[in-house]
Amino acid sequence: MGWIPVALLAVPLLGALLLLLAPRTFRDVLRAYGLIFSGVTLALSLMLLAKFDYGGPARMQFELDRPWIPGLGLRLHLGVDGISLPLIVLTALLTFLCFVYLCWGGARGTSGFMSARPRALVFTLLVLEVGMIGTFLALDLLLFFVFFEIVLIPMYFLIGIWGGQGRRAASIKFILYTLLGSVVMLLGLLLVWAQTGTLDVEALSAAHGAGMPRSIQILAFVAIGIGLAVKTPMWPLHTWLPDAHTEAPTTGSVLLAGVLLKMGTYGFARIAIPVLPEGAAAVAPWLGAFAVVGIVYGSLACLAQGDLKRMIAYSSVGHMGFVLLGFATLTPVGINGALFANVAHGLITGLLFFLAGAIKERYHTSEMPALGGGMLATMPRLGSLLTFASIASLGLPGLAGFWGEMLALFGAFQPANGLPRGLFLTYMVIGGLGAVLTAAYFLVMLSRVTHGRPRPAAADPHPPDDLVPLDDHLIHEPPDERPVAPLGSPARRPAAVTLHPGDVYGHELLAWTPLVVLILLFGLWPGLLLSLTTPPVQTLLGAIS
Amino acid sequence: MIQQIDFFLIAPPLVLALAAGLVLLLDAFLPLRPRTRTGLGLVTLAGILLSLGFVVAQAFANGSPRSTFCVPPGLAAGHVLCSFVVDGFTLVFAGMVLVAAVVIVLMSMTELAGGAIPVGEWYFLLLCTLVGAVTLPASRDLIMLVVALELVSLPVFALTALKRYDGRSSEAAVKLFVVSVVSTAIMLFGVSLLYGIAGSVYLSRLGEVFSPQGTAGADLPAVVTVGVVLVAAGFAFKIAAVPFHSWAADVYQGAPIPVAALLSVISKAAGFAGLILVLVSALYGQAGTWAPIVAILSALTMTVGNLLAMRQRSAVRLLAWSSVAQSGYILAPLAVAATTPGAVGTSTAYLVIYAAMNLGAFAVVMLVSRTATRNDLDDYRGLALRRPAAGVTLAFCLVCLAGLPPGLAGLFAKVFVFREIMAGGSGWLAVVMAVNTVIGLYYYAVWTARLFTPAGRAEPSLYRPPVTAWLAVGLALAAAVLFSIAPQLVLDMTSLSASG
Repeated sequence: MGWIPVALLAVPLLGALLLLLAPRTFRDVLRAYGLIFSGVTLALSLMLLAKFDYGGPARMQFELDRPWIPGLGLRLHLGVDGISLPLIVLTALLTFLCFVYLCWGGARGTSGFMSARPRALVFTLLVLEVGMIGTFLALDLLLFFVFFEIVLIPMYFLIGIWGGQGRRAASIKFILYTLLGSVVMLLGLLLVWAQTGTLDVEALSAAHGAGMPRSIQILAFVAIGIGLAVKTPMWPLHTWLPDAHTEAPTTGSVLLAGVLLKMGTYGFARIAIPVLPEGAAAVAPWLGAFAVVGIVYGSLACLAQGDLKRMIAYSSVGHMGFVLLGFATLTPVGINGALFANVAHGLITGLLFFLAGAIKERYHTSEMPALGGGMLATMPRLGSLLTFASIASLGLPGLAGFWGEMLALFGAFQPANGLPRGLFLTYMVIGGLGAVLTAAYFLVMLSRVTHGRPRPAAADPHPPDDLVPLDDHLIHEPPDERPVAPLGSPARRPAAVTLHPGDVYGHELLAWTPLVVLILLFGLWPGLLLSLTTPPVQTLLGAIS
Repeated sequence: MIQQIDFFLIAPPLVLALAAGLVLLLDAFLPLRPRTRTGLGLVTLAGILLSLGFVVAQAFANGSPRSTFCVPPGLAAGHVLCSFVVDGFTLVFAGMVLVAAVVIVLMSMTELAGGAIPVGEWYFLLLCTLVGAVTLPASRDLIMLVVALELVSLPVFALTALKRYDGRSSEAAVKLFVVSVVSTAIMLFGVSLLYGIAGSVYLSRLGEVFSPQGTAGADLPAVVTVGVVLVAAGFAFKIAAVPFHSWAADVYQGAPIPVAALLSVISKAAGFAGLILVLVSALYGQAGTWAPIVAILSALTMTVGNLLAMRQRSAVRLLAWSSVAQSGYILAPLAVAATTPGAVGTSTAYLVIYAAMNLGAFAVVMLVSRTATRNDLDDYRGLALRRPAAGVTLAFCLVCLAGLPPGLAGLFAKVFVFREIMAGGSGWLAVVMAVNTVIGLYYYAVWTARLFTPAGRAEPSLYRPPVTAWLAVGLALAAAVLFSIAPQLVLDMTSLSASG
């Protein structure tokens, strides 16, 4: 069954290459083209899901192991286990949904991306998909690094070409930041290689760090950890994220939040912790400290944001803090929680960015004061979806956001042997406080955007045109600081309501429904995901617990 | 004293020399017509391909090194002293130089189509340089090394100045001339010191004398160090290593672009071949002296090159500084050559991969230079949209030079080097290189991004590049893509060179 992982990589790659080789042939069928290739990839990933042997999620399945560069010991080693399976399916799903959103949306003219260089956009997204899926499939340190890096280039162009006003600065910041981290990570990977003489992740995980002295393990863990932490992003290394998210187009934001951030955390679960257990144990208290600072910092930053997209971006910093805290506990419970929160964050934040994109498209701004209030009155469906996603994100029990963070905090209550329990109890308390703050900023946001009285739509003077502003010298409007009109204020202008463009369109509903369904499913039945991740987590922690 | 000459072994330089003579004669007797220009180019190309054929034949003929121009056994006093040796090292360098030469001739045919440059002289000088570049890696005595190196350098001054009545070009030629002559003088001084101490010019003999267990024993005079440093400095000029780098940008910018490509690939390869031969074969025992110097030179070269490249507006100047920085990466494994056996192979592998990606970049830069005379980075705005093939090729080559996926060739080349220096125990150099890689990424990324940003005003260019230009681009791109998919090829080839 080794062909499915290869096909998962080959199909989007083939799609991208065909576009490159025969640029004119597919001009008229581009919408269908992107849909078909990402659809086939999704189908393949579902096949993976169906054929996966749930009796042994801890062992690698669908393995493929071929030498590529014997001189470097680099092998084309791919495989799937319980940790990577959900992420692969999530990637294929989110990419497909992005295409659904773009392609059908483009037909209505609501989404301008398809009108600005559609071929390049489809190409970029397909290449991005290759890199993302490859990262989750790779079982060779260098191969992992290659895929990890491949993702950067299309994402850079996605932000740099189809982004907002400050896209150039944001894209350069994004690429430089992540590259700097990647180079440090490469050094760490090479250090592991120099010490053990193998690049094979399976062999290295099975060895549980045997053959590497403690000091080397710590050094390598820090180096690899920095690279992964930039991508995750961990607190002091997160500053590229808000800019990138704010400037990226909707699809870019969705994939950035939904998949790219997961690549960092996946690296911890796949490489850093199992390969370097002693290093992990030594660095875990620090990792936990940065994680909780990230949680609180992210929440406080969110409270101060006026821009909807920026706020969601900062909320990612906070959520990823929970994921890192889960890893830092080095317990099965904590890591399970981290992996769960990982997937949940992908679904929820993906949905949130879709919604923010839709709002920006309608109002031409994502500044909350300029949006006014009363979205539930003007656009009841969009407003309800936003409420749903926000509540899921703040961790309401019964929705997907709850379990991961609860388990991560629970893991911190009883961290692995050898970790200072008192310290982790403190982390748990601070993390819990962060969860409260998370609830606070989401509720504040909802009260500003969805509640209140709809304001006359002065913020929407221009009709929605399908031209994408590609010039850099667009006037940068100062943030609107007008207060939201409170309920019951006399200035009621119902006529303004009709000025807003329509509520949720069909293509949007199509793209969002699967996410809503999955958020509910995992919220109500967390065992579905946990049963998949628990056995591999226990294996990878073999040396520690 | 009769020497037996193995003409099969010296066939590659011999063919090139004959082709050079033929081109000069044909130019003198054929009428001056556009068709003649193409004809001379094709003759040159044929000569290079024939020479390449001999190199390939030699590679398949025999595994063991073969030599000629040897001192007859009766006079050698028990030593094997040969001036011309064909082994893996020789073949890899000669093959790389000749393949690069094919690309450069194709670029020249585009450049010369303008008619402002005398064609016969151009190809003659180009072939003379190649004779030197092919002879140099086979040279195994100091005299022959110096002669071959001069044969590489001297025609390049003239080539640089062939764009007549161009101030920049003349300035570049004079600058190159002065720098090169000074470096030759320094190197000759070093060579004479080494000869004075060892009493032999043959590298194999020098290696014995200067080894710690050598005949001269431990009482080598301190002047050896001076000799080693001077020779290293002489070669450092040729490869534009810091602190002898300042000529690079002006010369690259002033010279016609094929000559800049020649300087950055063939001339540099010759410099590295000479450096490797002298340091690793002759002065292996003195590694304690030169290894730290090479390490520091390497660190400085990559840092200065990258920092200077960041501020450039002109494409050629940027490539000039980037090639200085790349020299630093190539030098880095040599710093640990004394402790790890694979270091020479790694340097060579990097050089081969660098040659492919750099030529690709230069080939596209030349295409653009036909329409944009200033050749600023801003002239590249939207190139990928106007000329997708050229734009994508340049983007790929730049990404390769930066060492990012999908430019896997550059990434693996850097990984080879990282591995080598870490295995050699020079952790600090690896860190310097890592930082430099990031600095490099900045300017490559900025240039690449420019290729894809739409230009403000798209003026349809009427210029149709000749087929030779596309061939040059295609050949370099094919090599870069091949090395990306199967870098093992390069490793297999260059691991042979380590044995030499």
